[in-house]
Amino acid sequence: MNTNVMTETAGDIVAENKPVTADTIAEQNADAYETVGNAFCDQAKMSMRNVNVFYDEKQAIYDVNLDIGTNEVVAMIGPSGCGKSTFLRCLNRMNDTIDICRVEGQFYLEDQDINDKKMDVVPLRARVGMVFQKPNPFPKSIYDNVAYGPRIHGLADRRSDLDEIVENSLQKAGLWAEVKDRLHQPGTGLSGGQQQRLCIARTIAVSPEVILMDEPCSALDPIATAKIEELIDELSQNYTIAIVTHSMQQAARVSHRTAYFHLGKLIEVNETEKVFTNPDHELTEAYITGRFG
Amino acid sequence: MSVSSLFVLIILGVVAAFYFSRTRSLNLARGLGGIKNLHSLPVYYGIQAALWCALPCILLLCVWTIFDDAIIRSMVVQYLPAEQQNLPKAEQALLLSSIENLANGVNLSNAGQFQDIADRINSLRSISNMALTVLLFCAIIATGAWGWFKVKPQYRARNGVERVFMLSLLGCSTLAIFTTVGIVFSVLFESIRFFNIVPVHEFVLGTQWSPQLSIREDQVGSSGAFGAVPLFTGTLLISTIAMIVAVPTGLMTAIYLSEYASSRVRLVVKPLLEILAGIPTVVYGFFAALTIAPMIKSGLHGLGFDLAFLGVSFGPLEVSGESALAAGLVMGVMIIPFVSSLSDDVINAVPQSLRDGAYGLGSTQSETMKNVIFPAALPGIVGAILLAVSRAIGETMIVVMAVGTAARLTFNPLESVTTVTVQMTTLLIGDHEFDSAKTLAAFALGLVLFIITLGLNFFALRIVKKYREQYD
Repeated sequence: MNTNVMTETAGDIVAENKPVTADTIAEQNADAYETVGNAFCDQAKMSMRNVNVFYDEKQAIYDVNLDIGTNEVVAMIGPSGCGKSTFLRCLNRMNDTIDICRVEGQFYLEDQDINDKKMDVVPLRARVGMVFQKPNPFPKSIYDNVAYGPRIHGLADRRSDLDEIVENSLQKAGLWAEVKDRLHQPGTGLSGGQQQRLCIARTIAVSPEVILMDEPCSALDPIATAKIEELIDELSQNYTIAIVTHSMQQAARVSHRTAYFHLGKLIEVNETEKVFTNPDHELTEAYITGRFG
Repeated sequence: MSVSSLFVLIILGVVAAFYFSRTRSLNLARGLGGIKNLHSLPVYYGIQAALWCALPCILLLCVWTIFDDAIIRSMVVQYLPAEQQNLPKAEQALLLSSIENLANGVNLSNAGQFQDIADRINSLRSISNMALTVLLFCAIIATGAWGWFKVKPQYRARNGVERVFMLSLLGCSTLAIFTTVGIVFSVLFESIRFFNIVPVHEFVLGTQWSPQLSIREDQVGSSGAFGAVPLFTGTLLISTIAMIVAVPTGLMTAIYLSEYASSRVRLVVKPLLEILAGIPTVVYGFFAALTIAPMIKSGLHGLGFDLAFLGVSFGPLEVSGESALAAGLVMGVMIIPFVSSLSDDVINAVPQSLRDGAYGLGSTQSETMKNVIFPAALPGIVGAILLAVSRAIGETMIVVMAVGTAARLTFNPLESVTTVTVQMTTLLIGDHEFDSAKTLAAFALGLVLFIITLGLNFFALRIVKKYREQYD
């Protein structure tokens, strides 16, 4: 679905077949670098340019450029501490809540730079929703959890409208059948997988354009994980999704394109199939074959 | 030897037992090829022997010194002349203690005639002391040696030491429980005595409080009325004013500090609030009596309006120089840090993931606070408020200094009232016989107050417990 407009010339970095050691990693980390593969696309929903993120003095992300296409699922993989979650949290300004975090660069949601200080984060977060690592339903009823977003954004004028939004969202999240008889029981009483689908329903309820998912399955068992992955696949017909994951199988199953982060740098972005069968960069290859991670 | 030198002796014995047992276990270990072949580390063998030596010897010393005098006293009674032996118990005890004083070389009362008995007491005392010294010496050696012999590679010294520590911890924790039980019973029995004089319904429902009892039959105006209602309404009035000040202010402070304040502000404000909590209540009392009460009086006294054409008139206000308002306001300020620091803890305990969830949906800071964090923290906050209420009810000093002791049945905050705790202190200050209704009334008040605060604390703890199950 993505046509390459600005394919990076990556050959010079990839060609050498040196074994991956701590030295080569440090060497590549020290200097300016270029993302290999295909970081851009022509129907970009979000375009990030020259992104640098700092925690106090420590730089967490180095000069990242990336596009996320409309109705595309982009997976971000990489070893722990590589900055993929930090990058994801920049996409709806969640890093604002961390005092010491400083974000530089341009983040275009369609034509708007969301990193502009004048940008109001309230409508932004309604357009770019987020699902977190640990299921975090509010200690309210299932109904109130889903109705929370529509209420604060004034999306429903009548009670019946709100009921409809809640039902639709739960249906889209594949949870309606399981909870329709107990909408007024606490959301915290659901199982882990159901809680996470409730959080997805809560996010869908404000009809966002983009959904960010930060390791949405890491706290779930395999069956619940399979359900969420199925859900992501269905959601991708209507929503643009960026997902951070530690599971390479999950990235391979759900995403269209995969971005590989390493020590704060975006090393490679390519069609998912290519990344997992024939990656362009040796670090990517080392990671997906399990040589480090 | 004196008790203190005997104590030093025990300590020496304990140190020796520790040292020799530890050395013995080390030697055993060397023979077996390393400490790993012992059941426990050498230090545990040492501690075990030291404990086995210390506990029985200290027990012996304590028991002996406690019962020493009583036994000697019972032994010398038979040497008293016949007429003194037939004296009533109390007089006999008085006589015996003056003889004991004589034995100590102090002749205050004219007990000179019993010099021979005093001498006998002294000789019995020295025998007792000799016996104790010898017995203790033997006990130290015996227990120390026993501990030393018990050191064997398979001996479970570690488990024994652990058990002794567990028991001592248990002892400490039960101390508080026994104290509480003791307090309850002492208050309860005195209250029962009071309720034998004054019926319960008169105390709980009566509206007249004037605990002065007449000393002479014909004395005027001191009939003694024990209706506690004015005291409880006074307490309720002042506590309510205090909570009206403390709860909103404390809660807002907690919300500001935990959600809005930058870490620099928090670093300054939190210790300052804790200083507020550290001011003695007497000082708050000064402040209330000398600053706030006159301010209220001069500010509000004589205020009023008369809208004759509407038929509405109000005032002029009568403000007492010792108004409940002054005490309530100052008490409220005193309780602010209590509410704010407890609520701050509760709000901070709400998981960050809930905040993230709310922000991620586009909530503003105040929406997050109002819709997510506050409801999640509410049970804990209620618990904090209830604890603060018990604090307000129990507060005495501010009321004593700022409001006084006039028991008036009113809900007007500009008048002077009194509280339960203030009446308790005034009832017990000074010399009164302990079986009069006036003194016993203090215990009855204490009992009711205890039941109220116990109920509040119980309620608060239940809510806090329920709160723990709210999320996770």
